[in-house]
Amino acid sequence: MVRIIGFLVGLGFIGVLLISLFINLGDYFSNPPEATAEEEYYHHGVKPLHLASDGPLGHFDRQQLQRGFQVYKEVCAACHGLNLVAFRNLADLGYSEAEVKAIADQWQIEVPSINPDTGEAATRKATPADRFPNPYPNEIAARAANSNALPPDLSLIAKARGGGAAYTYSLLTGYERQPAELLRKFPAAKTPANLHYNPYFANLNIAMPPPLVSDGQVTYADGTRATVDQMAKDVSAFLLWAAEPTLERRHAAGLAVVIFLLIATVLGYFAYRNIWAEAKRSVRVTGALDPENQAKSRSAKRKSGIDG
Amino acid sequence: MSFSWAKTYEPKRPFMRWLDERLPLPRLIYGAIGGGYPVPRNLNYLWNFGVLAGIFLMIQIVTGIVLAMWYFSSVDGAFNSVEHIMRDVNAGWLLRYAHMNGASFFFIVTYIHIFRGLYYGSYQAPRELVWMLGLVIYLLMMATAFMGYVLPWGQMSYWGAQVITGFFSAFPIVGEPIRVWLLGGYTPDQAALTRFFSLHYLLPFVIAAVVILHIWALHIPGSGNPTGVDVKDEKDTLPFHPFYTAKDGWFAAGFLALFAAVTYFAPNMLGHPDNYIPANPLATPAHIVPEWYFLPFYAILKAFTVDFILPAKLWGVVAMFASILLLFFLPWLDKSPVRSGSYRPLFKRFFWLLVVDVLVLGWAGGATATPQVVAISQLATAYYFAHFLIILPLISKFERPLKLPDSISSSVLHGEAQESAPAGAKRRGGTTATAAAE
Repeated sequence: MVRIIGFLVGLGFIGVLLISLFINLGDYFSNPPEATAEEEYYHHGVKPLHLASDGPLGHFDRQQLQRGFQVYKEVCAACHGLNLVAFRNLADLGYSEAEVKAIADQWQIEVPSINPDTGEAATRKATPADRFPNPYPNEIAARAANSNALPPDLSLIAKARGGGAAYTYSLLTGYERQPAELLRKFPAAKTPANLHYNPYFANLNIAMPPPLVSDGQVTYADGTRATVDQMAKDVSAFLLWAAEPTLERRHAAGLAVVIFLLIATVLGYFAYRNIWAEAKRSVRVTGALDPENQAKSRSAKRKSGIDG
Repeated sequence: MSFSWAKTYEPKRPFMRWLDERLPLPRLIYGAIGGGYPVPRNLNYLWNFGVLAGIFLMIQIVTGIVLAMWYFSSVDGAFNSVEHIMRDVNAGWLLRYAHMNGASFFFIVTYIHIFRGLYYGSYQAPRELVWMLGLVIYLLMMATAFMGYVLPWGQMSYWGAQVITGFFSAFPIVGEPIRVWLLGGYTPDQAALTRFFSLHYLLPFVIAAVVILHIWALHIPGSGNPTGVDVKDEKDTLPFHPFYTAKDGWFAAGFLALFAAVTYFAPNMLGHPDNYIPANPLATPAHIVPEWYFLPFYAILKAFTVDFILPAKLWGVVAMFASILLLFFLPWLDKSPVRSGSYRPLFKRFFWLLVVDVLVLGWAGGATATPQVVAISQLATAYYFAHFLIILPLISKFERPLKLPDSISSSVLHGEAQESAPAGAKRRGGTTATAAAE
């Protein structure tokens, strides 16, 4: 009974699926989907980016993080927040306590506060305990200042986009003139005013104007030559740190745990062999399909002249 | 317990004797996972995954309880509380990443466990209830994992909750009120988040209870084995402890090394980047996908694209539920006299086809729904149903299985009297290897 009902239910589902399949294929062939500019020109991959923090044993390059922070501070921070990171966290980049204090104190945006005398809304200078203040008081203000686009907070951007740090690097260095060929093929896909063509952005046109435009835009404290490529790399490394500040601790702990477990595995394996030695060599398993059994049956057949 | 030769517990120390007379807990454990549970001696490594699933359930419960001490189930605070755990709580990143990847590994282990059961006919008499209780555990796991994924309140959390609770609205008349009742509102919001958190905390303990029933039901007939032949005498079995505790022990350590490698070195590999964007009810992500372990079912859902008598969406939802529920009837759909796929030449081919089919469904569930992908998922879904509802019953009727070994011990004890008689090496209707050797 179960089988008859099952058979009918199965036939029902399969019938509906086949009808769906025919209609689907019919639609596809009778009016094939038109190619779009996004499909043809969007770069699904990202540019290769090699950072010191890559790989299971990677460590941050603190000089690079400091340079990246400088780029964030002088370029990105004008529009993008970093509201999950606190000034005190900058100590991780190798800044001293006094330097962190000075950075917080001189930060271009003040922290919202309350006037202690009147109780009215006010602002005050940031302290190391504060998180980075948002550049705009709210979303409406942010959109109003950016032709209705919302600059995303950058705290987690390295984890919130496929490709991670390599994505930010590709995006920052990916701006180009819209290819003439694209305009010829898809005249409607012309980049609108206020937007900027970037093939690493999902719909090809991004509201953010190219933030890194000329070499030397930032004067690095450590004397590194600030090419656009260098700045893009450095800020991508910094944003990876901002998204994953515990990366180094994670790598160190991971190494210890994996080694510990591998040693436990090896010791456990020898214990297992030792215990099973008593259960004779019968441990080799599983009947007809055990390769060893098959080999034996083949050789037995060969010996007695039967064709296996 | 199952076999007459199972050893009984004899307390050695005075304290254990004292305890055993008053509360025979040591006796229970000895009989369940100690020297008192005889297990077929020929289990292969696929039999280690049940114990591993238990280990991952415990990892999830322990890490989850600690995470709950820091997590806020509020729509304004949930996302930031998770980030607080990641950044400022001592070893919070470890707890959170272990919990996140622990869920994935729990499913990996469970899927291997389920497919092992499918291949070796573990669902067949007398273990039907073991199989069905296992499916109940699997359904509870799916509910728990879905609700857990909502808790960080990222974009995929929110939109995943929107899509999955939307299944109910496919049912006519009652669907929409049920959806609103489940969510406590018209869209996922504070009410939904709080109740998901509450249930996400509750269900693992329900799972643990059903796991006990699953093991209890298993211990009545005893464990199956790769030949599918019943245990006949003491020679066929070994006590669980120390033999299988040793085997499970080293294998679990090795598997945990793999789990640790992913958790520590590639913790976001199995997740979706969009869930690091805070939930925004006004911005739909370009591509909403569930966690990887649900992708085959998502492909089945999306395979129905035509309103044929019923709306396409309803077909999809019904088929998706049916794809799991039909597994409950498997013991009666497959009536083969032989359990193990190793002795079922035809079954074995279709089994591997099913494995490929489910992998294809998983791929199709995650891919962008172009007409080509939809066509592939339609074919793969059709095969999925055909496999269980049509092919399997027919195979069990017409297939001629290979000759089974006389007993478990004869299938594995090389080097004794059976040396020249490798088990089951008989070709269908042909000469046995024994005869050939003589």
